[in-house]
Amino acid sequence: MSDTIPLGTIAHSRSGDKGNHANVAIIAFNQAGYDWIKQHVTVETVGNYFKNLGASKVERFEAANVWGLNFMLYDALAGGASRSLRIDTQGKALGQAVLAMQMPKPADLQTMTM
Amino acid sequence: MRSSLRIGNGCGFWGDNVDAPIELARDGQLDYLTLEYLAELTMSILALLKQRDPTAGYAHDFLGVLKRLVPTLKAQPQLKITTNAGGMNPSACGKQARAILDQAGLNQYKVGIVTGDDLFPRLDELLAAGHPLTNLDTGEPLSKVRDKIVSANAYLGSQPIVEALQAGANIVITGRVADACLTVGPAVHEFGWKWNDWAKLSSATVAGHLIECGAQATGGLWELWDSTPDFANVGYPIADFTPNGDFVITKPKNSGGAVNRQTVAAQLLYEVNNPAAYYTPDVVSDFTSIAVNDLGQDRVQITNAQGQPAPEKLKVSIAYRDGFMSNGTLAIYGGNAAEKARKAGLVLLDRLKRAGFTYARTNIETIGAGSVVPLSPGGRGSGGEGEISEVLLRVTVHDQNKAAVERFTKEFAPLVTAGPPGTTGYTTGRPSVKEVFAYWPALIDRSAVQGKVAWE
Repeated sequence: MSDTIPLGTIAHSRSGDKGNHANVAIIAFNQAGYDWIKQHVTVETVGNYFKNLGASKVERFEAANVWGLNFMLYDALAGGASRSLRIDTQGKALGQAVLAMQMPKPADLQTMTM
Repeated sequence: MRSSLRIGNGCGFWGDNVDAPIELARDGQLDYLTLEYLAELTMSILALLKQRDPTAGYAHDFLGVLKRLVPTLKAQPQLKITTNAGGMNPSACGKQARAILDQAGLNQYKVGIVTGDDLFPRLDELLAAGHPLTNLDTGEPLSKVRDKIVSANAYLGSQPIVEALQAGANIVITGRVADACLTVGPAVHEFGWKWNDWAKLSSATVAGHLIECGAQATGGLWELWDSTPDFANVGYPIADFTPNGDFVITKPKNSGGAVNRQTVAAQLLYEVNNPAAYYTPDVVSDFTSIAVNDLGQDRVQITNAQGQPAPEKLKVSIAYRDGFMSNGTLAIYGGNAAEKARKAGLVLLDRLKRAGFTYARTNIETIGAGSVVPLSPGGRGSGGEGEISEVLLRVTVHDQNKAAVERFTKEFAPLVTAGPPGTTGYTTGRPSVKEVFAYWPALIDRSAVQGKVAWE
């Protein structure tokens, strides 16, 4: 579809675990992209995208200095590193998954790509 | 005072690249080599090893690394090492390190041992003294799991590491310390910072955090994986400090990988909660305060770190026994592979139920059909299962009853003849049964924990 883009067009990511909680950092390629994701990539967007993980709460933190948004997905790892029944026990793949999230295409997309 | 300080991390976790510390020490022009071995639950495994053998319970990979480092230590006598390889038994680790050094003729090397993190022998005393060690996530009282606990360790700060370095240690072996302290300790010692130089402590904490996972700062997991130079020869990270705490992240010349704004930004936010308040025993570091300046040529400069006073409480990591787990896999090939795999998984669990075995928790995954990240229907990889011609079936169970989990491991092989067509890949034998240790995070008053230094 031409009116949406995968988030990975304008951002990269990294994810991992803190006990049974996952963190998913989404980092824009530049300031224009950060301004856009700050407005459009919200607790609701990310929480809904990952709703099958069963997080008890989703929280967003801003790190404007590195054009990053850090999402905490509490209790989202089905037990965490030692107890999870999933192959991705530590949420390492969540960062790649979130880059596939379809977002409305920004009007000035060319200013945000790498 | 020295004008610069180069600290490199050659190990990000127990199981990391065993050549990395040797190459980094050889090529990195380092003042300090740090080696980080302890993940959240590593201590529980080490605690059990120590129960069986009082001379075990540390990350023994370190000893192999130390043997291989001997020529480098002889060529670079100023090089020092800080490591948490001591795990649950820093003094036993130190004794072995001592023997290796003596055998190599490095008798003059002083090995400092940091202890005081192990709260397990003191648990009842601490509970009686009014330290509840309540679960930080759930609010539950420790009494709920008291009789199942196998380890309890406070995260020590940098002070005992600095004490050991001031007394002349060449190698400092610790148990549980906050990971960044392996970097913060040397910086405080070499630059003579004070314990209330919050901005400097914060900067060194950022550096320690950036390098603690090894190659993750130097091109590992980078989004541009297909254009990362010489990926197989990835260089491990170095923090090159100036006395005011500012530093440059880099890697050895002629190594592979990459250090740039993206690799550093991604690692800055890795396994972080609120980046404006990263808690360690030394300082509350504000990762959002730093300025990141990509200098090019695999050099990224970090300046302007700000920090708040150290927290009153220390984090405690407790592990307790939580039953048994096992998982097994089979490859499923042909049309409707994902559906066939799911069916095979259900058949397996149904057979166990008929044999009298049920499980507290079970999970069936169809790897290749969207199971690695279970997104909602319509998410990537979860639609059009009928089109997928091969998946890996993975079934996992968890229960307190070990016999039930053992029986589970015997149910994969029969599916090779009794399952859906296209079932294959049973070549690795029966899955193993693992004892499960659950994680219980807590806090404790700083005054209840004393880091100590001993010598080997």
